[in-house]
Amino acid sequence: MKIEALFLLFLGVFFGVVGIVYWFWSYEDGGGMMLLGTSLLGFLPGSYYWFWHRRMGHRLEDRDDASIAEGAGVINSFPGSSIWPFVLGMGAFLTVLALVFGMWLIFLGVPLILTALTGVTVESRRGGHV
Amino acid sequence: MRRQEVAFTVTDVIAPARIETEEERPQLELPPQIPGHGSGEGHAGGHERHGPTGILKWLTSTDHKVIGLSYMITSLVMFYLAGIMALLIRLQLSSPHSSLLTFGQYNQLFTMHGSLMLYLFAGPFAFGGLANFIVPLQIGAPDMAFPRLNALSYWLYLTGSITMLIGFFVAGGAASFGWVAYAPLSSATSSPGAGGDLWIMAIALTGFSAIFTGVNLVGTIFYLRAPGMTMFRMPIFTWNMLVTAILILIAFPVLTSAMVMLFCDRHFGTHIFTAVGCHLVNGAATASCGSPLLWQNLFWFFGHPEVYILALPFFGIVTEVFPVFSRKPVFGYKGMVFATMAIAALSTGVWAHHMFTTGAVLLPFFSFLSLLIAVPTGIKFFNWIGTLWHGQLQFTAAMLFSIGFLFAFLMGGVTGIMLASPPIDFAVHDTYFVVAHFHQVLFGTAVFAGFAGVYYWYPKMFGRMLRESLGKWHFWLMFVGFWVTFMPQYVVGLLGMPRRVASYPSNLGWQSYNVVSTVGSFLIALSFLLLLVNFVVSWRNPIPAGDNPWDAHTLEWFTTSPPPHHNYTHLPPIRSERPTWDYNHPDALTVPHGKAAHPKKERVPVA
Repeated sequence: MKIEALFLLFLGVFFGVVGIVYWFWSYEDGGGMMLLGTSLLGFLPGSYYWFWHRRMGHRLEDRDDASIAEGAGVINSFPGSSIWPFVLGMGAFLTVLALVFGMWLIFLGVPLILTALTGVTVESRRGGHV
Repeated sequence: MRRQEVAFTVTDVIAPARIETEEERPQLELPPQIPGHGSGEGHAGGHERHGPTGILKWLTSTDHKVIGLSYMITSLVMFYLAGIMALLIRLQLSSPHSSLLTFGQYNQLFTMHGSLMLYLFAGPFAFGGLANFIVPLQIGAPDMAFPRLNALSYWLYLTGSITMLIGFFVAGGAASFGWVAYAPLSSATSSPGAGGDLWIMAIALTGFSAIFTGVNLVGTIFYLRAPGMTMFRMPIFTWNMLVTAILILIAFPVLTSAMVMLFCDRHFGTHIFTAVGCHLVNGAATASCGSPLLWQNLFWFFGHPEVYILALPFFGIVTEVFPVFSRKPVFGYKGMVFATMAIAALSTGVWAHHMFTTGAVLLPFFSFLSLLIAVPTGIKFFNWIGTLWHGQLQFTAAMLFSIGFLFAFLMGGVTGIMLASPPIDFAVHDTYFVVAHFHQVLFGTAVFAGFAGVYYWYPKMFGRMLRESLGKWHFWLMFVGFWVTFMPQYVVGLLGMPRRVASYPSNLGWQSYNVVSTVGSFLIALSFLLLLVNFVVSWRNPIPAGDNPWDAHTLEWFTTSPPPHHNYTHLPPIRSERPTWDYNHPDALTVPHGKAAHPKKERVPVA
């Protein structure tokens, strides 16, 4: 977790420095704000990962002498096949088309989005195919 | 870290009994598995796959390999469509006052050619297609970190692509304000009609798709690596995809929010990018005034990192191909990683070099940072040449495409350094010189290196080989076509021909250059027909690939071709950045490098 954290913190520091130089040289609002935002994008997750690095030390994937056998067991949980991402995508599709072709399409798009969000939550609770 | 179940558990994936001893290597004796020719799936540790079949399987799949292939096939369709548009553009320009297309149609075509190539082909092909398929395999993961989010990314990308193409079928035609949609040209007054709105919505959908994929890639690479796969043992392709994912997270939210603002300007009466209602007070606009230049700032804050989102994955591909076909480890591994980071970091601070001629940007700042990018790029070139140096080179199709990339990208990069200098940029801005520059950059990366990736990983994806001879024909036709198409454009640009024009004066000597360029573009088109022929031949008469046809280095070549559900039944020990090669060549004489070459000295306690 250490390299990951340092990688993101480096981004934060770099864009912080570039942002400060840019702001005091140009006084241009748009670019200054975007560089500030980019710097925060490095610092926020970077400090989160640093916090976890301090708490849990080196994981198996951080140790260069770790063996595959040490990692035996449950890796993670992965959802199986699910129709809901497709339904959610179609809902989003119809909703953006509604903004172009007429609001009546929203009555198709939003219900699809709500159904998919409900479906994906319920599916997580009761399990499904892998 | 303790491996734990996550709250949204559906079914646990149990890590199979992984073998680390040298006695057993059953993986290498397995017969090649070809879909439709026996059992291709569902054998990961006796982990039978249940669930839907046929089209329902495609609609409901959360497997990164299925989603990656869907991405690649869709983006290749977009590539061919955009290529046909390019041919129509070239035909129109082959004579000064051609009547093949109306001016309106021409504007639609160059807008959609650029949009399809950049938003719907080059990016999604790399980070949606290849990265989705290859990155989990390269780090020894069973899937992406968020499989359902991954599926949603694909559906948003597909519907975004359809939304953009619907533009051709509405009154007024597709968007015609260029792929950069500069304000105020993209306002409702200057570009009315549903085509522009559809374009904006398409970019918003694909923007969200890219952001979700970026999050997914970062999560996968940070959390799902196999034991022993430290960050500095990851293949360079995976490193480059990590850096690309971070760039996506920097750039795409800005683009997507700019699209929402543009839509509000067009329909909801806001004036974010229009100068309506401005009052000058002491020579300066009042604070409540909209600014067309703000669009350019927002767009290029996305647009320049986007160029590297389209380049870094392809740098990663050639960095995989060169060592394998030179029979050497990659030269300067850490230099490559830090150069990638430096390129990405610098690329986010150079957005306004696209706006030099507006007269409203800080020229020295943006020029300096732009020129600085040449340094890490030079390091990469040095390392690529170092990898080839004294290697036992094998000129397979993938290797030829990678070497072609070196030449193409070098030419595009050198003219890029010229354009980073404001005096030159002021002279050639908006001419065909710039068109030739960015086509050489993007063709070098997305096409040369991208198809190197296709030839290299196709055996892993489908368990069958592409024909090498057809691949070599494809390469040489395309290589010649590439130079014939784009070199005359530099010259005609220096002669003053502006971009985005459908006709030009006949007495300036521009026609001959344009004719040569058009001939070159048809050579390129012909070469891509050969690729289609190659696909058809490999499907009708498959040559089984085996697990590792190239004697390659990285982890994806350890599993079967195509990989089983959840990718691995067992893994080799990971002790360097090329675990598969180490496993297959236990007796090879290796020169120690990295940490092994510089062991820490034991501290001797003083008595």
